[in-house]
Amino acid sequence: MAHAPGTSPRTDTHEHLSIEEVEAREKDRRARHQSHDRIAAVLYPVATMVGVIVLWEVGVRAFGVPSFLAPPPSQVVATIIEHGNLVLRNTWVTTVEIMLGYLTSIVIGVPLAFGIFMWPSFSRTVLPLLISSQAIPKVAIAPLLLVWFGFGLLPKVLVAFLIAFFPIVISTAVGLASIEPEKIYLARSMGLGATATFFKIRLPNALPSIFAGLKISITLAVVGAVVGEFVGGEAGLGYMLMVANGSMDTPLLFAGLIALTIQGVVLYALVEWAERLAIPRRSTAATAALQSVTG
Amino acid sequence: MASVAKDMRILPAETARSEPEESPYLEFRELSKIYATDDGPVRALDGISIGQRKREFLSILGPSGCGKSTLLMIAAGLLPASHGQVSVQGQRIGAPRTDVGIVFQNPVLLEWRTALGNIMLQAEARKLDRSAAERRAYELLDSVGLKGFEHKFPDQLSGGMRQRVSICRALIHNPPQLLMDEPFGALDALTRDQLVLDIQRIWNEARMTVLFITHSVPEAVFLSDRVIVMTPRPGRIDQVIDIDLPRPRTLAMRETPEFTGYNRQILDLLLARGVLRER
Repeated sequence: MAHAPGTSPRTDTHEHLSIEEVEAREKDRRARHQSHDRIAAVLYPVATMVGVIVLWEVGVRAFGVPSFLAPPPSQVVATIIEHGNLVLRNTWVTTVEIMLGYLTSIVIGVPLAFGIFMWPSFSRTVLPLLISSQAIPKVAIAPLLLVWFGFGLLPKVLVAFLIAFFPIVISTAVGLASIEPEKIYLARSMGLGATATFFKIRLPNALPSIFAGLKISITLAVVGAVVGEFVGGEAGLGYMLMVANGSMDTPLLFAGLIALTIQGVVLYALVEWAERLAIPRRSTAATAALQSVTG
Repeated sequence: MASVAKDMRILPAETARSEPEESPYLEFRELSKIYATDDGPVRALDGISIGQRKREFLSILGPSGCGKSTLLMIAAGLLPASHGQVSVQGQRIGAPRTDVGIVFQNPVLLEWRTALGNIMLQAEARKLDRSAAERRAYELLDSVGLKGFEHKFPDQLSGGMRQRVSICRALIHNPPQLLMDEPFGALDALTRDQLVLDIQRIWNEARMTVLFITHSVPEAVFLSDRVIVMTPRPGRIDQVIDIDLPRPRTLAMRETPEFTGYNRQILDLLLARGVLRER
């Protein structure tokens, strides 16, 4: 096995190579490896996707599955094209709800976390309330919000906010608190004031943790908005799903699911993009870590 | 408090006897530190009294847990003493000192700033003139062999390089005192040798007072004017050893009988105290 032909054809003992030649060869090998990896990273998931869709199309037609159970992909695509305007309009409504709820959760969650970090007595007062409030399923609050705020935009924004803001508060508070004490000692010995220490050292140090919370929250905000629309909506993707469900319009149901998926991925990518802007160094480190995991 | 004030007058007189021409720059007087923990109080330092002359390279050597780092933190004004006091040029320390440069065992660099940016943090905090500080930062990086690495981030530098950056950061404001807490503890032997040489040169050029915490006997002998050997827990001053070797000291000097004699003297002390055991 150790000398199996083909495994190490380049290490012939009688072949003499200068270090430059060896280097060039290794560089070349690495470049080929990397381009192969890049192609694979795109090709494999796309091929799997296409495979599943083809299998689905063929399977549904071959077994004559009725389209209200499982419509063939071609019919879903046709529905998306046919009802393009409807899907887009509802996607827009849901997006507005998500963004308002998400931004509210940042605007309220981050300062709340600052307060929890800075004043221990405030933390002792607020944290138990926060944690117990998280024990209540947000889906269960949605009907109450409907009673209080009607069928409009507000209850959906509120559900999205309620479900999204907790991870932001916790990850921000944890991020601010977890810092090497030496960094703070150093700041003091430099005569750096409390405000400057916060903005120059503690806050940037907390950013990776804050963004971890922001990424969890954006996916939760999507769930919150859709749940709000389920309970009592007159527009939005959640509402469209309910209507499609009621009229057994399964192709439209699938169209709604696809729209929700695309929307979720785009919103998540936006947060990741903001993270890369805010912490260019850390995200490269995180990417490297991710690459070492995925090979 | 009145008795403390009386002591203040007595003790400098005592130090003055051994150092007739100058009063100490940094002085610990009857310094004790107790840490209150859940497992009961821990005695870290017990009655430390010593003065450091201006320009002196003073090392504090002892086993782990003898309160060396605590002593440095108290000297920096970053930790309060439980009893006794620290003064700098006769002024009692009650707040974090800003007239120092500190080097910790870990480089403690900000990951989101370049080597230059990390050094410039010190300049920004002190509102030094930006362009002059930047020029000085480039010079400092060059002097420790980091020319060309100014715009690298900490995760692109080796451990030794990172520690060099942190040394530059401690020097950019030309502090009269440098406090170093086992700065080479986490580095490989060759890097340590190089940094020891660098520190000797920097100390010689910048003419500052260095308080150096270490658990390496040869490093302490190589660098110091005096070595304070501490006892294990609670930390007391065991012996103060004058290192009377010519300067600048060279690596070859480590093989001389004088140098090894000092090493032996300190090792014997550590053996006698049970810090080291030969069988």
